Amino acid sequence: MLRVDEQQAPVTFTPELVKQFDDIVSRYPAGKQKSALLPILHLVQAEYGWLSSNAMDKVADYLKIQDIEVYEVATFYSMYFMRPQGKYVLEVCRTGPCGIVGAEKIMDHIEQKLGVKEGEVTADGLFSWRGVECLAACGFGPVLQIGPEYTFYENLTNHSVDQLIADLKVKGNN
Amino acid sequence: MARKLLLEHINVPGINTFDVYRSKGGYASVEKALKTMSPDDIVEEVKKSGLRGRGGAGFPTGMKWSFLAKPEGVARYLVCNADESEPGTFKDRYLMTYIPHLLIEGMIVASFALGAKTSYIYVRGEMMPQIRILEKAIAEAKAKGFLGKNILGTGYDLELYVQPGGGAYICGEETALLESLEGKRGNPRIKPPFPAIAGLYGCPTVVNNVESIAAVVPIINDGADEYAKIGIGRSTGTKLISAGGNVKNPGVYEIDLGLPVEEFLYADEYCGGIANGKRLKAVVAGGSSVPILPANLFLKTINNEPRLMSYESLADGGFVSGTMMGSGGFIAYDEDQCIVRNTWNFTRFYHHESCGQCSPCREGTGWMEKVLHRLEHGHGKLSDMDLLVDVSKKIEGNTICPLGDAAAWPVASAIRHFRDEFEWHVTNGAEAVTRNFGLAHYADPLPKKEETVA
Repeated sequence: MLRVDEQQAPVTFTPELVKQFDDIVSRYPAGKQKSALLPILHLVQAEYGWLSSNAMDKVADYLKIQDIEVYEVATFYSMYFMRPQGKYVLEVCRTGPCGIVGAEKIMDHIEQKLGVKEGEVTADGLFSWRGVECLAACGFGPVLQIGPEYTFYENLTNHSVDQLIADLKVKGNN
Repeated sequence: MARKLLLEHINVPGINTFDVYRSKGGYASVEKALKTMSPDDIVEEVKKSGLRGRGGAGFPTGMKWSFLAKPEGVARYLVCNADESEPGTFKDRYLMTYIPHLLIEGMIVASFALGAKTSYIYVRGEMMPQIRILEKAIAEAKAKGFLGKNILGTGYDLELYVQPGGGAYICGEETALLESLEGKRGNPRIKPPFPAIAGLYGCPTVVNNVESIAAVVPIINDGADEYAKIGIGRSTGTKLISAGGNVKNPGVYEIDLGLPVEEFLYADEYCGGIANGKRLKAVVAGGSSVPILPANLFLKTINNEPRLMSYESLADGGFVSGTMMGSGGFIAYDEDQCIVRNTWNFTRFYHHESCGQCSPCREGTGWMEKVLHRLEHGHGKLSDMDLLVDVSKKIEGNTICPLGDAAAWPVASAIRHFRDEFEWHVTNGAEAVTRNFGLAHYADPLPKKEETVA
């Protein structure tokens, strides 16, 4: 599962990040620190953009659990990226109710606009996109979200998608 | 207009802040419960109200609470299931976004009733904005003495935390949710033991949906008898319905249980009919897992009685001619929608979301997706319909958790009610993708309220 061709940089968590980890661990009874795994992986992904095996090993060290316990969780849940992504990952809901109001057309439009296939990253490193399953906003479809804060964009049209991509390009890497 | 119990103040500016919420009578149920009632009184009150779990299964909440084991010296937990991911359902997102304190208030009362000192709200990871909203609301409530040590001077301590999920539909199943909360893969556990005996960290645990917890607030404030006056039969109180698909006014509506479905679908105060002047073809009444019904069977039961929005009436006719209330995810399909494509889409969802633990579900959902894909794209065979029914029957009831059933029902019901549309995809393979089968006879008889809207 963890075949990644890209070079993996060594990972060291900043003291600020570790403090956030500590804060999360304090929510659970003593000895149940493994409960912090999902929230911590979200923080790590927000910091690095994806979960490298180096980063996951560090999380395992921090939580005093086996590396495999982190891998099995990270590969089970769909929100964690096992390879590098664009800075902005456009995740379009493609399930039922969004499907009947045009989610597929929106995904086709994004593919054509960005010029990359689902899961690939644009040359400037800014964008990637994928279809995801129900985002629980079925009344306002088509919808897409952009991590790590999962900002929501509802009632999408080709025009609003163009506008969004243009805005994000201006924002660039800042 | 029906009385609103949960969403009464939803349009008040600033209702998401503690001060405004409190000024509208918020947190009164916490004062009443902690100062004047014993935990057993509260459980009894919820039992008497007839409140049924709003997450989908419809199990009586008070009864679930009364099953909680209370061994000496062992912690008990209340976990709120906010992993809303059933396609068609978005009521919990709405409630948490606009009136987060209602959920917190309900959590405090319910935790007190169950004797929990630490409670968690498990929110699906994609709802990061809602997680921020809840964390802020919890901090506000804590600063005002409604959470933390010695709440309102009563000696009751409670800590409330928000836990993000990782984007897995299966974690809406309560034991998978508990596994996930323990930092593991969301594989459902074999029951028994039920969570009420051995749940989170092996301790007695209750898992309740967001809306069920929120409904505890009006039950305590007004009393169980008042609450039980609303509704019909064993469907008491109000229910949030997420209306989506091709309705004119999509959104979240609070209805009295027992409202006629025709009124819900066509009245301007609710869905307002079908968008763009089209006609209704089919309805999924309670989220993608429940059987899909053609318009005529949805509006009237097989005995030609008007169907009501209640647990019993929606289930009238069993799976032959009825459906289920489910989580209240209401999806309407107009005449242009293709049932085969929709069924394929749903099955792809279940294939993607199957946790892979039980082979009937892991393999069966994949086969159903493949067969439906070839049917939708015009490469199917007439024997495929029987094959799909056969596969769905082999999943149903043969898995640890209900995801297998949830994947099987939509396929079986679509073939039961729309078999000619499936056959048309085989006999007209060349047109299957480019043209739609259309309305056929499904919407007959059409209700007279249905008129073209400018």
